[in-house]
Amino acid sequence: MDKKMVTLKINDISVTVPEGTTVLEAARSAGIKIPSLCYLKDINEIGACRICVVEVKGAKSLVASCVYPVSEGMEVRTNTERVRHSRQLTLELILSNHRMDCLTCARNAHCELRELAAELGIDAVRYANDELLPRIEDSAPHLVRDNSKCVLCRRCVSVCRATQEVGVIGCNDRGFATHIGCAFDRDLSEVDCVSCGQCIVACPTGALSEKDDTGKVWAALNDPTKHVVVGPAPSVRVTLGECFKMPIGTNVEGKMVTALRRLGFDKVFDVNNAADFTIMEEGTEFLQRLKEGGALPMITSCSPGWIRYCEQHHPDMLPNLSTCKSPQQMFGALVKSYYAEKAGIDPKDIVVVSVMPCTAKKYEVQREEQRMANGCMPVDISITTRELSRMIQRSGILFDHLPDGQFDPMLGLSTGAAVIFGASGGVMEAALRTVVEILTGGEMKPLEFHEVRGMKGIKEAEYQLAGRTVRVCAASGLHNAKAVLDGVKNGTMQYDFIEFMACPGGCINGGGQPIQPADVRSFTDVPALRAAALYKQDEGMPIRKSHENPVVQAVYKDYLGEPGSHKAHELLHCTYVPQKRYRTENKF
Amino acid sequence: MPNVKTVVPYNGTPEQEARLRAVIAEHKGQPGATMPVLQAAQEIFGYLPEEVQIMVAEGLEIPLSEVYGVASFYAQFTLNPKGKYQISLCLGTACYVKGASDVLEAVQQRLGIKPGSITPDGKFSLDACRCIGACGLAPVMMINNDVYGRLTPDQVGAILDRYE
Repeated sequence: MDKKMVTLKINDISVTVPEGTTVLEAARSAGIKIPSLCYLKDINEIGACRICVVEVKGAKSLVASCVYPVSEGMEVRTNTERVRHSRQLTLELILSNHRMDCLTCARNAHCELRELAAELGIDAVRYANDELLPRIEDSAPHLVRDNSKCVLCRRCVSVCRATQEVGVIGCNDRGFATHIGCAFDRDLSEVDCVSCGQCIVACPTGALSEKDDTGKVWAALNDPTKHVVVGPAPSVRVTLGECFKMPIGTNVEGKMVTALRRLGFDKVFDVNNAADFTIMEEGTEFLQRLKEGGALPMITSCSPGWIRYCEQHHPDMLPNLSTCKSPQQMFGALVKSYYAEKAGIDPKDIVVVSVMPCTAKKYEVQREEQRMANGCMPVDISITTRELSRMIQRSGILFDHLPDGQFDPMLGLSTGAAVIFGASGGVMEAALRTVVEILTGGEMKPLEFHEVRGMKGIKEAEYQLAGRTVRVCAASGLHNAKAVLDGVKNGTMQYDFIEFMACPGGCINGGGQPIQPADVRSFTDVPALRAAALYKQDEGMPIRKSHENPVVQAVYKDYLGEPGSHKAHELLHCTYVPQKRYRTENKF
Repeated sequence: MPNVKTVVPYNGTPEQEARLRAVIAEHKGQPGATMPVLQAAQEIFGYLPEEVQIMVAEGLEIPLSEVYGVASFYAQFTLNPKGKYQISLCLGTACYVKGASDVLEAVQQRLGIKPGSITPDGKFSLDACRCIGACGLAPVMMINNDVYGRLTPDQVGAILDRYE
């Protein structure tokens, strides 16, 4: 149904927009930018910061354009002296309580607050508080919070509560003492945070950042006794370019490989290769459950944020989780077993570094159930896309000048099925490509499963395979995972196979990905552009099904045996256990 | 004043918990249910310890951080129980200019707690209050119903020692 249209005037320009549009969005469609700070479309629309104020004819005071709906005949001015003065004063007051160590801040040149100060022409902060001390909270494995840089925009709170439905942070206390924190000001490591990092990518300042593990990587690279192996996740190749001012959705796989080699890694493998193993194991597991009546729906286990959420909020669904380790962990496990053996290196001398779109991976690498029989943890250090970009910058590597490189083949060859792991629905599609062939015995045409693609939060499809209906679902963003699980539990939704990704849109929109400012995020579908680059790469690949990967075939033949074999289980599978949500003994 | 997590162990009774459950059931699903439920919870338990707030959060199916945000925002809510002896020290204008902050400092030193909290043994709770209408006696402190006026920091020890 067409929405009723409304015509208004913004700075004397006539604009016609659908009813319900905000003044800020209407202005944008007329080519007028209204500066904003707390606003992040669809996530945080609360009119808290008052930077986006405008004059509306007839209104008593300035109004916050990010939440003010348009109306017929409205006359708006976005750029009067009164408006400019108000914005400047507001920003000065915000800055009066912001620790301005911009030069040494993790966000430095990418800070939205700094950008805003430049845009609004703040040339002095008359009320600067030079005595603010850092207020660091770094208890969790993935995140550092410094409330002395927080502007209380509440984007992090909104994304945690609404998008992720985890809600572990909120505004505590009141007035000048107001601050973002967990209930009872507990440490983040004490609450049911899933480490997804969506708060970090939502933060406009340096108040939230990933825990920087690049120091550990440099130390390993500088240690001559260590054999340092690296593997990037599927989605990193289509986002890393953004850190070097390339357009969103640029695939930089070749340059990334060269950069990693020039950084000094002894082997540059690909986590995509491990993703193909994940499909072999997960596909086999699914077929087994279908045949032998195991717990259905089977749910994917690639996303550590989702795993932790499940353990804390839906422990009754743990039997439904696939026992497969995530591709990151399979990668590490294969490096420290198969590769170590082939290369004749003691696994204890190998340092495995993963480059991930994800902050929860920093948490996953520490999980005890991941430990291998030889005593090693599969992955030693997990860094995010952002951290890798900083290492590249620090090394003086001119990224856009780099020639394309090739992964080291032993664990570097992969398929189109693996590369799409980076987008929501990709694991499902990759699994189906293999499962369908095993079930039907013939090749599936077309190879694409379009029903599970796209940025919709919950996608479902039904396929007729070898005389039985297989119902699948791919959901991303934990609020969607909750909706699906509620549906499964009350019987309104029935599936055989579910893919959950903690972050909306999947890994391409992970908490470790390059941070795009609200101004870009609010008006561009960033995840869709990144996902499109993955699907494009898949399309152009000679091998697009995991079971046809010659490395995968060779490793099974020489080393693991069959998918689902005892050895495969020992290396590539694990089990998950319920976790408490609250640290206090809750007797109710 | 930032709230301080209580050091007194939780000892709610099954009856109290049943009453709270009934209040939660009554308000569940209504917009703005948090405030009335927290008010009732404070009436039932006398304060809002973490255990009670978790019960409210789980009952209303909202994040604990949201419950705590409300509880720590409003001055009417307290995260600490009241002690056997409730100390209220006036920080109103008259008391303040007559040196109430030094007296407060002495009390804090002596008991090792800040305003809004309670000693681990549950004996003394301390609150800073506004004018209690005895400005002629400034600075003034009340312990339960006993009023102490024209206080100096050095009197604090002897006064507190009277309470067993």
